[in-house]
Amino acid sequence: MDWVNAIVQGVLLGGLYALFAAGLSLIFGVMRLVNIAHGDFIVLSAYLGLTVVTSTGMHPLLALIIVVPTMAAIGYFLQRGILNQTLGDDILPPLLVTFGLSVILQNLFLAGYSADPQKMDAGALETASVSVAGLSLGILPLLTFGIAIVVIASLQYMFFCTSLGRAFRAVSDNQDIAQLMGLNKRHMFGLAMGIALGVTAIAGILLGIRTSFDPTAGSARLIFGFEAVIIGGLGNLWGTLAGGIILGVAQTIGAKIDPGWQLLSGHIAFLIVLAIRPQGLFPRVSG
Amino acid sequence: MSAQTYSVSRDSQSAKVAAVLGVIVLIVLIAAPWWAGRADMRLMGEMFLYLSLACLWNLMAGYAGLVSVGQQAYVGFGGYMLFALTMFAGLPPLVAIVGAGVLGALISIPVAALIFRLRGAYFAIGTWVMAEVFRLSFAQVSSLGGGSGSSLPVGIVRSLAGSRSARESLAYWMALGAAVVVIAAVYLFLRSRRGLALTAIRDNELAAASLGIDVWRIKFVVYVVTGGLTAMLGALIFLQKLRISPDAAFSVNDWTAFVIFIVVIGGIGTLEGPIIGTLVFFALRETLADLGTIYLIVLGFVAIVVMLKAPRGVWGFVRERYDIQLFPLAYHVQKKPKTDK
Amino acid sequence: MPDPILSLKKLDAFYGDFQALYGVDMEMAEGEVIAIIGANGAGKSTLLRSISGLMSNEIDQVNFLGKGIGAHRTDEIAALGLALVPEGRQLFPSLSVEENLLIGGRLNRKGPWDLQSVFDLFPVLKERRAYPSTALSGGQQQMVAIGRALMANPDLILFDEISLGLAPVTIKSIYDALPGIVGDGMSAIIVEQDISKALLVSDRVYCLMEGRVTLEGAADSISREAISHAYFGID
Repeated sequence: MDWVNAIVQGVLLGGLYALFAAGLSLIFGVMRLVNIAHGDFIVLSAYLGLTVVTSTGMHPLLALIIVVPTMAAIGYFLQRGILNQTLGDDILPPLLVTFGLSVILQNLFLAGYSADPQKMDAGALETASVSVAGLSLGILPLLTFGIAIVVIASLQYMFFCTSLGRAFRAVSDNQDIAQLMGLNKRHMFGLAMGIALGVTAIAGILLGIRTSFDPTAGSARLIFGFEAVIIGGLGNLWGTLAGGIILGVAQTIGAKIDPGWQLLSGHIAFLIVLAIRPQGLFPRVSG
Repeated sequence: MSAQTYSVSRDSQSAKVAAVLGVIVLIVLIAAPWWAGRADMRLMGEMFLYLSLACLWNLMAGYAGLVSVGQQAYVGFGGYMLFALTMFAGLPPLVAIVGAGVLGALISIPVAALIFRLRGAYFAIGTWVMAEVFRLSFAQVSSLGGGSGSSLPVGIVRSLAGSRSARESLAYWMALGAAVVVIAAVYLFLRSRRGLALTAIRDNELAAASLGIDVWRIKFVVYVVTGGLTAMLGALIFLQKLRISPDAAFSVNDWTAFVIFIVVIGGIGTLEGPIIGTLVFFALRETLADLGTIYLIVLGFVAIVVMLKAPRGVWGFVRERYDIQLFPLAYHVQKKPKTDK
Repeated sequence: MPDPILSLKKLDAFYGDFQALYGVDMEMAEGEVIAIIGANGAGKSTLLRSISGLMSNEIDQVNFLGKGIGAHRTDEIAALGLALVPEGRQLFPSLSVEENLLIGGRLNRKGPWDLQSVFDLFPVLKERRAYPSTALSGGQQQMVAIGRALMANPDLILFDEISLGLAPVTIKSIYDALPGIVGDGMSAIIVEQDISKALLVSDRVYCLMEGRVTLEGAADSISREAISHAYFGID
C-alpha cells in the first residue's frame, strides 16, 4: 500500500513538474528558444506571490490574479526588449543571455529577500486531504494536478483551435512567409513569451505554497521541467505531462527506497530515457 | 601577366612580436616567487587556473559548438579523484593530479555517449543535469565525507614540499604550468589538421560534414580531452583549497558562470579572448567584490550587453578593427616580392 | 499614366556585398497584369522580395499606392494590400489546407475572396481541406498557395514562378484559372521562366538580365527575337 501511495504521490507531483515544463515547451515550439532562466522565473513568481501575500494579507491562490498578469507582462517586454535580438541561427546568444539573466535574477532575490528559505502560507489548504480507496490524498496536490490538466488542455485548445494558435504555428514554421500574412513576428514572439511566463506564474505560486523556496531554487526547477520535456518528447504538451508524471513517480519511488535518493532517481530515469529512446516517449517534432 | 606572386602563410608581424613578448612575460612569471608577495602569488595562481578553464571552455563552445554549462562536473570529479587517489591509493599528489585527468577523460566517454543525443540548448541543460548527477552521487559517498565533504590529510599536504613557502611556490608554478600546457595544447591542436577541421565545423557544420569531416568524432574527441584536462585542473584547484565538499566541488557559479563570463567578454572563438577576459574579470573582481551580490548582478548585466552588442567580445572587436592576431592561426594571402629570373 | 499602383524608382538590392538589382525602374497601372521574365539569377525573385518587404531597400525606391514602402516591414506591407505567392509554394506544414487559407485571410480585408470562393475556384481543395498541406500534390499545393494569397483580398498580387516543378498539364490548368483571378481588376505581377504562358496572360512584359531591365513592352506586340536578345543578352 505504501508503494501505491508513493506512486500516486509521484503522479500528482508530476502535475507540478508538467506546469514547470509547459512554458519551456511552448517557447521552444514557437521560437526554438530555450530559456535557461526559466526556473528562476518560476521562483520570481513565487517571490512576487510572497510579496503580494505579505503586503495585502490575501490568500496565496488569490495572489494569482495579480502575479499571472504581471509575469505575462514581464514576459512580453523581456522578449521584445532583449530576447528577440538573440534569435537567429546561432545558439550561443540566447543561451548566454538567458544564463546571464539567471545569474542576475538569483542575485536580485538574494539582495531583496536574503538567502533564507521562504514559503507562502495557504492555511488549511496545505494539510487538507481526502480519503480515496484507503489512500490519503492531499487536496493541494490534487488541485495542482487538476490545474496542470486544465492549463495544458487550454494551451492545446489555443494552439489548434484558435486563430492565435494558427498564427503561432505559422510563425514557428516559417517566419518570413508568416509575415506575408500580416503577422508581426516580434509581437508574436512577445505574446508567446507572455503566455509562457503566465503559465510559469501559476507554477511558481503553487510551488511556493507547497514547499519552501530560496534564491537558488530556480536551477532545480529548470532541470525538472527540462527532464519532463525530454522524457515526454518535444512538441507535445500532453507528452510533457506524461514526462512530468514519470519523473515524479521516479522521484517518489526513489525517496521511498532512501530519502537521499529522491533527486538522483529522477535524473537516472531521465538518463535511461535518453539512452534508450532519445526522442522521448511521445514526440511530435524533431528538436 | 601579374607582376607579383602570392603566398599563403599563417605568420604575421604582430604574431612574431607577440611571441617574443610572450617569452619575456613567461620568464618574469616563472620568477614570481622571488619578486611577488604571497597574496599576489595566490591571486596570479588563481588567474592561471581560471585562464585554463576558460581556454578549454572556449575550445568546446567557440570552436566545436558544444556549449556546456556543466563543466563543473569535471572540476569536482577531478577534485574528488585527487582526494581519493591520495587518501585511498596512496599516490603522491602530483601523480594523483595526472591520474585525476586520466580518470576524468575516461568518465567523460559514457557521459558524452548519453548527452550527445541532445542538441543545442538542450545539450547545454543536459550537461548541467550530468553535473547534478555527479554532485548528488558524490554526496552519497561517505568515505569522501558525504554531504559535508572532507579535508586533505596533513601528511599528504606536507609530502608536496618541506616548508610552506616552498609549497606556495610549487602551487604557483603548477598553476602557471597548467596554463602554459593548456594554452599550448589548444594552440597546437588548432594549428593541426584536426584543428582546421574544427574551425570548419565552427563556421558551417553542414558544409564541413559534406567535405567528409567526421563532425561527431571530432566533437567527441574535443569533449573527452576537455573533460580530462578540466578534471586535472579540478585536482589542482582542490589541492590548493585543501578541502572539498559537493557544493564547492560542483558549484555552477564558480566553475561555469565565471568561466563563461571570461570567455564571452574576452572574445569567444579566439585564442586571445580568454586571456583578455581573465584580466578583465579579475580587474572587476578586485574592484567590485566588496559589493557582494551587486557584483554578480553587474557581471550578468555586462555579459548580456556584450552578447547583444559586441558578441565577438573585446578581442573580436580589436581583431576586426585592427586586423591583428597574436597567435598565428589564421591563413593570410601575402604578396611576395617580384623575383627576377 | 494616372497614379500608378506600383512604381519602382532606381531600385537597388543587395545580398550582403553582392548587388542583385541595379537601378530597376518600373511602373504599373491599376488593373494591369505585368509579366517579368528572365533567366535564373536575373533578379526576378529578388525583385518580388523587395516589393513585398522580405528584403529591405531605400524607402522611396518602392512606391505602392502612392506611399514609399521600400524600408517597411513585410507585415506592414501585407496590411496595405499586397500579397505574394512565394517561390516554391512555402505552405505552412503545421497547418491544414483550410488553415493555410484561413491564415491568408487573417487581415480581414474586404473583397470578393473568402473560403467559399477559393473552393469554387479550386474545387479539389474543398475535398482536401482537412489534410495537412504537405500531403497534397505539387499542383494542388500551388493552388493552396494562390488561394492563401487571394484570401487577403489584395490590391496587388505577386506570383513567383508558379509553374516551377509542375507537370505541363498542371501548369496549363493553373494558368487557365488565372484570368478568373485577375479578371476582376486585381493588379498582378507574374514572374515566370515559361515565357509563352507569361505572355498569354499579361498586358505588358519586362525582361531582366543580371539585375537590369533589358526590355519592356506590350505583351502582344513584342517579338520573339527581341525577347531572346533581352533574355540572353545577345547583342
